[in-house]
Amino acid sequence: MLTYTIRRLLMLIPVLFGMTFVVFFIIRAIPGDPAQVILGQQATKEAVAQLTEKLGLNDPWYVQFFHYVKGLLSGDLGESLRSSAPIKDEIWPYLAATLELSLVAMFIAIFIGVNAGIISAWFQNSWFDYVAMILALIGISIPVFWLGLMEQWAFSLELGWLPSTGRENVRDPVEVVTNLYLIDTLIAGRFDQFGEVIRHLILPSLALATIPMAIIARITRSSMLEVMRSDYIRTARAKGMRMFFVVYKHSLKNAVIPVLTVIGLQVGLLLGGAILTETIFGWPGIGRYIYEAIGFRDYPVIQSGILIIATIFILINLIVDLLYVAIDPRIKYN
Amino acid sequence: MTKPILQVENVKKYFPITGGILGKKIGDMKAVDGVSFHVNEGETLGIVGESGCGKSTTGRMLLRLIEPTEGTILFDNRDLRALPKKEMRKVRRHIQMIFQDPYASLNPRHTVEKILEEPLIVHGIGNEAERKKKVSDMLEVVGLTSYHARRYPHQFSGGQRQRIGIARALMTNPKLIIADEPVSALDVSIQSQVLNLLKDLQKEFQLTYIFIAHDLGVVRHISDRVGVMYKGRMVELADAEKIYQNPLHPYTQQLLAAVPIPDPEYYQADEQAAIQFGTLPSKYVIDDSWMNIDSERDDLIEVAPGHFVACRLK
Amino acid sequence: MPVLAKRENETNELQLEEAVSPWREGWKTFKKNKVALVGSGIVLFFIIIAILAPLLAPYGINEQQLSIRNNPPSSEHWFGTDDFGRDIFSRVIYGARISLWVGLVSVAGSVIIGCFLGIIAGFYGRWIDTVISRIFDIMLAFPSILLAIAVVAVLGPSLQNALIAIAIINIPNFGRLIRSKVLSVKQEEYIMAARAVGMSDGRILFHHVLPNSLAPIIVQATLAIATAIIEAAALGFLGMGAQPPQAEWGKMLADSRQYIIQAPWTVLFPGIAIMLTVLGFNLMGDGLRDALDPKMKS
Ligand SMILES: Nc1ncnc2c1ncn2[C@@H]1O[C@H](COP(=O)(O)OP(=O)(O)OP(=O)(O)O)[C@@H](O)[C@H]1O
Ligand SMILES: [Mg+2]
Repeated sequence: MLTYTIRRLLMLIPVLFGMTFVVFFIIRAIPGDPAQVILGQQATKEAVAQLTEKLGLNDPWYVQFFHYVKGLLSGDLGESLRSSAPIKDEIWPYLAATLELSLVAMFIAIFIGVNAGIISAWFQNSWFDYVAMILALIGISIPVFWLGLMEQWAFSLELGWLPSTGRENVRDPVEVVTNLYLIDTLIAGRFDQFGEVIRHLILPSLALATIPMAIIARITRSSMLEVMRSDYIRTARAKGMRMFFVVYKHSLKNAVIPVLTVIGLQVGLLLGGAILTETIFGWPGIGRYIYEAIGFRDYPVIQSGILIIATIFILINLIVDLLYVAIDPRIKYN
Repeated sequence: MTKPILQVENVKKYFPITGGILGKKIGDMKAVDGVSFHVNEGETLGIVGESGCGKSTTGRMLLRLIEPTEGTILFDNRDLRALPKKEMRKVRRHIQMIFQDPYASLNPRHTVEKILEEPLIVHGIGNEAERKKKVSDMLEVVGLTSYHARRYPHQFSGGQRQRIGIARALMTNPKLIIADEPVSALDVSIQSQVLNLLKDLQKEFQLTYIFIAHDLGVVRHISDRVGVMYKGRMVELADAEKIYQNPLHPYTQQLLAAVPIPDPEYYQADEQAAIQFGTLPSKYVIDDSWMNIDSERDDLIEVAPGHFVACRLK
Repeated sequence: MPVLAKRENETNELQLEEAVSPWREGWKTFKKNKVALVGSGIVLFFIIIAILAPLLAPYGINEQQLSIRNNPPSSEHWFGTDDFGRDIFSRVIYGARISLWVGLVSVAGSVIIGCFLGIIAGFYGRWIDTVISRIFDIMLAFPSILLAIAVVAVLGPSLQNALIAIAIINIPNFGRLIRSKVLSVKQEEYIMAARAVGMSDGRILFHHVLPNSLAPIIVQATLAIATAIIEAAALGFLGMGAQPPQAEWGKMLADSRQYIIQAPWTVLFPGIAIMLTVLGFNLMGDGLRDALDPKMKS
């Protein structure tokens, strides 16, 4: 197991390096002279030349790449062209916003998905099963951004129950400590704002949770059905409802593996979906940070932003893989 | 008359063993470690040994389905290892193989007709009508009917599938057939039918067989000569009669003692009782320490006419 | 051949049975699967709509009537009108063309390139495999929509470039699938048998390896079309795909967004169209998986 872990970590190195390389080149392949684009058409020749020099764009590409990687290794993500601030310093609030949103979404997806899957399997072919599975089918087919729009329209614009954009009540902000507002409001002892933060989270996290929820429900159900074919569960079922809870506990344990699979598979979707969800709900997350940077041609931000998301993504996948092996000894590692 | 069709000289196959964090090569798995023998035209050479001793690897190396690490293979006095890939493919027309597992060795998505026709297409034999004719003839030859040609492998029983495998091997009129445990996956009652079929075919088509098996019982009645393998090496090679009546190597003797209760159609009970262990001429000695530890092993020496044993001079 | 004329035949009870190909068996299973049939029905429905769009659409894509801006659904305009007074029903119908086109063509591209790379990697192995597999790893290390956005950023926003971006991001999925399938088929004894017969690598590849890898590709491709349609709509929504005045569903959503309070139908119908099409392909893909490749069920 230890050698396996070490081997997997070592295998990350070329992937990370390759990723850096790819991102570096994608950015440089974007048409147009970056300095000119940043400064606009009216910029003087000197200003453009100066910025080009400052960005190090006169060096051959391998020198640029070398400098970039050297910077990355010493924790330097570059400087935003828009704000001139080191990306390292300004990225965390965005990252935290995305983290908060994704974690809440994942929690909702797992909680509802697993329970719906177990109950559906238990009452196989009941109306609950049918409704849940039809909803799940629709859930995997629904475009996140459309669902977000419809939620926003119904619950916020029409009914006025929930706020439609942002993370908090901006008129009365709480002092920022971790940038995870659920935690920050608690630290400040501001339970009214804590409630506000939750109200702001509901719509975007529900939209983001839909697809993973639907997939988790489907997979949990089918793996549960398999478990239920075993004699142990069959006798338990025969004994009626009281046994439901005994089996429920047992089922939860069995749901761990499918849920892990889905998390591994869905992190990418979640991070990708976050870009769309953030756009719709004005959520100041990393997705929007990058998306806006594209609009401003803020190349260092695009570059480092994509790299950070990709790194998080492969790290989560690695952790999922390792958990897999740790939990299920039948899975061979190679 | 006893012209050798195949001469195998000291062939070896070492598979790399990988391990460690970087998956580097850390050693050799000596699947076949220096095997020599020859096969005469029209005869059957049995190769016997326990599971994992390298029989299949040896058989596959003869066709270069697995590239040997070392050694020479002469077929009809042509050095197969020196042939370019393309020439080697052409030679395969004359050497065919029958596989152990009749379920796995037939493509599940092809009809029997396609399976049988393919060797002809590959070697450019005949036109379409001739090929179709040959397919139905061959099906009759192996005891099926041309009616079966349209079916898929999963629609046949194990014995029938092995007949299809045999038919495929015969399609190109090969001279040599390597049968790798052709009956071990079959029911005992069907084994004898397939063995009989193989014998009949040998007479009819003047075939030469290399017949691989993991116990001496099955090979006995089909082989003219028998080679016994152990851990990638040949330990004894002699006429079938001699192997059964005068086994000289302790490993052969051990194998013979373990011959299972035989199929009554083939063996009489007293045949087994008649097994006697021979003694080696006194000027030779067998060092069998290698059976447990990985020490230097002896080469085959002809201790009596046509009787080779892995041993050394005293 | 008198000697061989009479041979014991251990079983003859199969004599009269029909020849059943694995494909036909799959089709039988599929036919029994009602949900899959509904899915195929939906897909067929949208394909017909896409083909017959000019006949079915009561108005042109860009027929503007500024007097009836953002009008609710009525007997003339079943799905209402948008901010330019264009008929949403007609635009949704033409949108089927774009979405199906992008879905089918991009997936076809991913399948062809992915299979090509996957086959080379799986069949030849060694360093080629290492290089290709690492490239796949790297591509898969990016969340797909992010990679698509990056590709479009390079190529410039347009429908065609969105299609290319989507094709690119799906390549590694097919590449990996095929590679692993080739590796497992390569282990099969019938491949060894084919080589023993004297077959060349190329023939083995086309006659044995590929046909035996086809089922999972078909399943995966069907499901990938669903994803590709959503991805195209997402790019359109972000302004990185179809450009005005193209009637692309995602772009229609983005353009009508600001009128969602006055005219929710402008957002409702294109979204439903996306969802239904995607649902159709998902159901069909699930059904195909059960029918063709039962082992793939997770
Ligand atoms: N491709 C391979 N890579 C590594 N080791 C291999 C490979 N093929 C075979 N071996 C090893 O070589 C040895 C000999 O294998 P082989 O298949 O020739 O045995 P066998 O005598 O035919 O056994 P059986 O009776 O089970 O068929 C075995 O220990 C096997 O594990
Ligand atoms: Mg073998």
